Amino acid sequence: MEEESRKVKIKVKDLTLIFGKNKEQALKMLKAGHSKSDILEKTKCTIGVNTANFDVYEGEIFVVMGLSGSGKSTLIRCLNRLRKPTDGQVLLNGHDITKETNRELLETRRTEMSMVFQNFGLLPHRTILENAAFGLEIRGEAKEDRLQRAQTALETVGLQGYEHQYPAELSGGMQQRVGLARALANDPEVLLMDEAFSALDPLIKSDMQEELLAIQEKVHKTIVFITHDLDEAIKLGDRIVIMKDGIIEQIGNAEEIMTNPASEYVEAFVQKVDRKTIITAGSLMFEKPTLVQYGKDGPEVAIRKMRTASVDVLPVVDKNRKFLGFVWLNDLIDLAKNKTQKIDDAIRTEVSSIHKDYTVEDMLPLISGKKSPLAVVDEKDGRLQGIVTQTSIIIEATKYDKNEISDLQEQAKEFFKWTK
Amino acid sequence: MDKIIDLGTYIEKGINALESHLSFLWSAIDDGISWTVESMNDGLLAIPFWIIITLIALLGYYLSAGKKSFTREGFKKGIGIASFTILGFVLIYLMGYWKETIQTTTLVLVSSVIALIFGIPIGIWTARSHIADTVIRPILDFMQTMPAFVYLIPAIFFFSVGNSPGVIATVIFSLPPAVRLTKLGIHSVPPDVVEAGYAFGATEKQILYKIQLPLAMPTILAGVNQVILLSLSMVVIASMVGAKGLGSIVYQGIQQNDIAKGFESGLGIVILAIILDRITQSIGSKK
Repeated sequence: MEEESRKVKIKVKDLTLIFGKNKEQALKMLKAGHSKSDILEKTKCTIGVNTANFDVYEGEIFVVMGLSGSGKSTLIRCLNRLRKPTDGQVLLNGHDITKETNRELLETRRTEMSMVFQNFGLLPHRTILENAAFGLEIRGEAKEDRLQRAQTALETVGLQGYEHQYPAELSGGMQQRVGLARALANDPEVLLMDEAFSALDPLIKSDMQEELLAIQEKVHKTIVFITHDLDEAIKLGDRIVIMKDGIIEQIGNAEEIMTNPASEYVEAFVQKVDRKTIITAGSLMFEKPTLVQYGKDGPEVAIRKMRTASVDVLPVVDKNRKFLGFVWLNDLIDLAKNKTQKIDDAIRTEVSSIHKDYTVEDMLPLISGKKSPLAVVDEKDGRLQGIVTQTSIIIEATKYDKNEISDLQEQAKEFFKWTK
Repeated sequence: MDKIIDLGTYIEKGINALESHLSFLWSAIDDGISWTVESMNDGLLAIPFWIIITLIALLGYYLSAGKKSFTREGFKKGIGIASFTILGFVLIYLMGYWKETIQTTTLVLVSSVIALIFGIPIGIWTARSHIADTVIRPILDFMQTMPAFVYLIPAIFFFSVGNSPGVIATVIFSLPPAVRLTKLGIHSVPPDVVEAGYAFGATEKQILYKIQLPLAMPTILAGVNQVILLSLSMVVIASMVGAKGLGSIVYQGIQQNDIAKGFESGLGIVILAIILDRITQSIGSKK
């Protein structure tokens, strides 16, 4: 896979964080396989994060998602050691953060990792510009230099013109832009975003998500993003981790998690999400449809192929498997009657061709009255990769099963007969 | 009832021991305070009264009006304190208590400064250390609730009669709010701002100076205001051990059953209190 060749930025190995006084004993019990409630009863310790293992690749947005109390905020604080893990390792570029001295840790926080907070964490007595320069000030940059860089960061997040105002004079969304600018001004390798958009109202939140994606296009940081909102996770995450009770339940991209939930907990989450925006043509398509070869197959052969596959429409490709269009059974029968040898006249090219990453939502408007399937073609060379039938799109969009849909189609036909 | 535990005697013995073993320290403190108070008095009294009144009125005006001093809006804000200062102090001057008012002001300022020099760092310490807080809190309770007269006895013992025991008793009485309000101010800094500081690699010192103290400043200034007003409320009691000023006139009024004297000097204290309160409050409310 392509992903395995990517550089690992943060490697988390057997990370465990225990709250309470008797951590040693609790850790022993945890390793011996005792349950969380047993450990709580015997040692009065609670498990914040339980043996987490994952890699964050360079340049990706890695989303940790879970409900409150799932340990996600604790986990992100282990990454820059705002909380010290009880056991395990956090390797940033292969260097173990859990073993750093205080001096080294300050340096890591100052140069390599910046954090954005749910409640912004801005200094109310300082202007927007001074707030954005705060990280640089802490690290001891000269005033001219840091204000210059803070100014650039503010421009990146679209806040030019607000430099000399105070945080209280800005809306929540704008305050969080300042939080983001403060983190970007440090030019860190890693951005840690703790529920960064959760305190914003939905419209602003959506804007900020778009903005973050746009900024990420430019800066290519490694971002660890915490959220309790699966829609947000799916929108932003290249990969998503789902956490429950301090345990990582599943890691994967949005589609893997949606289509193949690893546990009931994940499934329960997934059900609440609008599948239309997640399921792509790639997962709906028929990968090996029967094909009509242009130049080789005539109408008779095509009709025979349709009968064998019991369909009334087939895609036509050239000898390089490049998609040309669809042929319909009734058109072919007309050609056969006229003893025509070539199928050119029957190929309908006005059909929609799509790419693998089209979502159901993207495909819905392409459904036509003719029940034509959609052709999934390669973006680069136009080769046919598969076809998506209208029925499967409707199944995904409506969650009706196949029989219910054909019943509905019958009813619709009846209805149209009557109206005629 | 019979005395079963003679606690007082032990305290007395302890104080005697402190007095005799550390006498050089007490006389040094005594000299330091007396010298400061007296040279401040002499200095202030050398300046013509109307210059001092004008300066204080202008200060009050500027602190209330701020940057808008030269606008109509600023004028509305600042004119109240400025005119009160002028009328109040001129009345005091005309009643013949200018010298005593300066003496009282000096006493209040010196005591307050000493109380703040100790109180604010102790407040920071108790805010950042749970152990320090646990130890210091009952001491503050003791200082605030023990009747102020009680401090006077050992104060005379250590420093003989004069301004010094007055200042020391005043400091003990007015120090607790400086500690408590500094601690309250630091504790009420939003934890996410402090956490953001740590996340950006701030040291403990940077957290304190760049985040906690600036955000706690309004509360700390409220503490400064409280310290000054409590110091002022001690002037009459301090006069019983020989501190000079308006308090000693009130005390004379009591002893001589002189209603006129008592009322005039009492009114002087009230005027001074209002001016000091308004001025320190407007420092606190600025931004």
